[in-house]
Amino acid sequence: MTIIDRLASAVGAENVLTRAEDLVPYSFDATAVLKERPAAVVFPRTTEQVAQCVRAARSARIPIVTRGSGTGLSGGSVPVPGGLVLCLTKMDAILEVDPRNLTLRAQPGAITQRIDEAAAAHGLFYPPDPGSQRISTIGGNVAENSGGLRGLKYGVTRDYVMALEVVLASGEVARLGTACVKDVAGYSLKDLFVGSEGTLGIITEVMLKLVPRPAARRTLLALYDSIEDAAETVSAIVAARIIPCTLEFLDRMTAACVEEYAHVGLPTDCAAVLLMETDGHPAAVADEATQMEAIAKAHRARDVRTARDEAEGLQLAAARRNAFAALARRRPTTILEDVTVPRSELAAMVSYIAETAAAFRLQIGTFGHMGDGNLHPTFLTDERDADEMERVHQAFDRIFSRALELGGTITGEHGVGLAKKPWLRRQLGDASFSLTKQVKRALDPEGLLNPGKIFD
Amino acid sequence: MSTLRTLDYAILQQCMHCGMCLPTCPTYDATKKERHSPRGRIALMRAVADGDLEVTREFADEMSYCLGCLACQTACPAGVNYTELFETARSDAERSAVQLGGSRSFWRSLALGFLFRRPRALRLAGRGLRWYQRTGIEGVVRRFGLTMFLPPSLRRLEPQAPRVASRFSNRLIAAHESPGGPTRYRVALLTGCIQDLVFPDVNRDTADVLLANACAVDTPPLQPCCGSLHAHNGELDLARGLARRMIDLIPPDRYDAIITNAGGCGSHLKRYGHLLADDPRYADSARTWDRKVKDVSEWLADIGLRAPNARPLPGDVSVTYHDSCHLAHGQRVTAQPRSLLKQLPGVAVVDLPESTWCCGSAGVYAITQPAQADALLQRKIDHVTRTGATVLATANPGCHLQIARGLRDRGLETSVVHPVSLLAMAYRREQQ
Repeated sequence: MTIIDRLASAVGAENVLTRAEDLVPYSFDATAVLKERPAAVVFPRTTEQVAQCVRAARSARIPIVTRGSGTGLSGGSVPVPGGLVLCLTKMDAILEVDPRNLTLRAQPGAITQRIDEAAAAHGLFYPPDPGSQRISTIGGNVAENSGGLRGLKYGVTRDYVMALEVVLASGEVARLGTACVKDVAGYSLKDLFVGSEGTLGIITEVMLKLVPRPAARRTLLALYDSIEDAAETVSAIVAARIIPCTLEFLDRMTAACVEEYAHVGLPTDCAAVLLMETDGHPAAVADEATQMEAIAKAHRARDVRTARDEAEGLQLAAARRNAFAALARRRPTTILEDVTVPRSELAAMVSYIAETAAAFRLQIGTFGHMGDGNLHPTFLTDERDADEMERVHQAFDRIFSRALELGGTITGEHGVGLAKKPWLRRQLGDASFSLTKQVKRALDPEGLLNPGKIFD
Repeated sequence: MSTLRTLDYAILQQCMHCGMCLPTCPTYDATKKERHSPRGRIALMRAVADGDLEVTREFADEMSYCLGCLACQTACPAGVNYTELFETARSDAERSAVQLGGSRSFWRSLALGFLFRRPRALRLAGRGLRWYQRTGIEGVVRRFGLTMFLPPSLRRLEPQAPRVASRFSNRLIAAHESPGGPTRYRVALLTGCIQDLVFPDVNRDTADVLLANACAVDTPPLQPCCGSLHAHNGELDLARGLARRMIDLIPPDRYDAIITNAGGCGSHLKRYGHLLADDPRYADSARTWDRKVKDVSEWLADIGLRAPNARPLPGDVSVTYHDSCHLAHGQRVTAQPRSLLKQLPGVAVVDLPESTWCCGSAGVYAITQPAQADALLQRKIDHVTRTGATVLATANPGCHLQIARGLRDRGLETSVVHPVSLLAMAYRREQQ
């Protein structure tokens, strides 16, 4: 029996794709340039089917790349040569919302936004909101430990994962974690799998923590003539002991591209735009919004606008979520980076990126989560221009090095995948890097699961 | 001649495969397979352009499976020109002849190459169809199962064939009509093909509404097809020929606006500039043409629609609005028809959930992909039913026929009307 036959008998022939026309569209995720055609794409529907696929692949020594909606930004779900793609989009059920324990259980293919909607039906809230939340899957979010616009106040995906069911490289099924808020039985293995980028096991079910849905929300837009004023506003807000739900920054180019797409009234002529959102008790929201407006004005904001209503606020946030793709309007190739520094170093990092762009004659649009120090310098370039691409790589190197000097990280929320592999060792140091590899060897000795990602 | 391999590569590269189109694509929604998604199809097109994939039967079938609803174009933050990619890909598929069977080829060239290029022949065929529907022959044919002699696609089409009107637009609208009061604008009115044969009253209503808003209306009695059907089905050269004829017939610099009331036509009519960009004789006037073409609701919003001051209709009338894909996604006209409806005295306007989700009509899609088309229709009818509206307004004859059929099949009484017809009725009631 060939591997394809074994897979077909596990999941049904209609759930195994092998034709070129079916495989080409699974050759990439949302990362620029990276592309590799898989040998087959398989759609399991149950944990048992996932386990059967793993056992079949293991006996045939064929690597597996697990994939959801393919919206990753570091090449984590790009196929490996000759490998299988295990696509979990058909395991998309939301299994249970438990309002007594404030938890939600879902299959890995459930769409992130659907999870929050299911929570909302019970007055509850699932805060992590990556830019691709309308289509990203929760399994992918957990595997990449995705962030989003609300990281400053609410944290990231890891902060909401209570338990996981995973299929191990051996084909065994393991349950990690419990529904208990307190649980110190043994190593926190679920935390090992959060952000493991599909290299340690295949997540087949998640249990998430929910929080009460905030009763009120207010969105403000502050416009600046200098990026430094925007950065100082952020520091002053945090120093005033206000933790807004969102403090997003867009530079001139990003704001112009987003406006071109979304027509939400973003100004296109100022150096920086801050999108600020506070949520919680209505009285607290009103108070914080007033204070934030005053702080912004004290830091030379040219103008501060308040969204008329929740709908306009949501519209602004939705427009911001599309910033990355909107920047693609300018040049053929769009490469998004993800450097993150401690908040106090933000202004330094932002100006360093601008200097680098000028020094290497590159177009870089920068936006990001200013409240948590996570920046997205986005290179607008053309992959067909070898000379320009060389300059892009040199600029990456400078920006990553600077971020590390400032005590930052090469990736805040996108993961290492293929794209940031060359810089991981520099960030981790030798001991930590070899520990990482030992963990991988212990859990996946045959290198079956997403080989060549994170490190070689 | 445009093909994927000679197309400006930057148009393909514009897609950075972020996936934001996936949740808006009806075919991806149905199958959850990437090849049935916009970015998956673009990946296939790029593979063809790169020489990594031939134009195979599978490729051609995939392009046929796409509705061409353009919901992805609205969703796309990167501004990908899916219309151009899709038309080029379909054109490649046609040229490669991988889908050709004898019967497909015959009916296709009869429709696209002959009927929809010769307005007189099309009207004659319309009369023939009406005669068939009215004389009782239709009943005989159906009773004795004679449709079995038709090819399968036409056999499915036969019971869906719309009732042809007794008089076409040229008998309802004079070539030149002037408003009762002063003339503020001069416009030309396009009567369409299906609109002309099946809903000529909508054309009359459009003329009436324009007259009531101080527009002098020129309506050439014999108009060619705008070429939308041809471009959409990969026959770009035929589409160019029709665009030239249309510009010759209605020189754009003579008018303040060229009015269309069919979403599907309008979306194509606004792209003549692109279609004829390489034609030295027509490129300039085609660009002017694009600027002048307006959907009727768009034009009325531009000039400030006069609110009808008729008394409210008796009884509870509630209207819900379905966006034609090519009006909403192709032309980004969504607010104007709704604000038109809100001007109707005594009519409650209720929101239709998923109003911009394709109804499955999509040109000839209901004939070529009946199962998928029907699934979309049922989804649409479910939503319409839940609104409780007594009237469904929509501004495209394809959607009109499709949704009316869906409602009829379920025994529902909701009527389907063009928004401009509701406005025309309100103006007529002013005089009572």
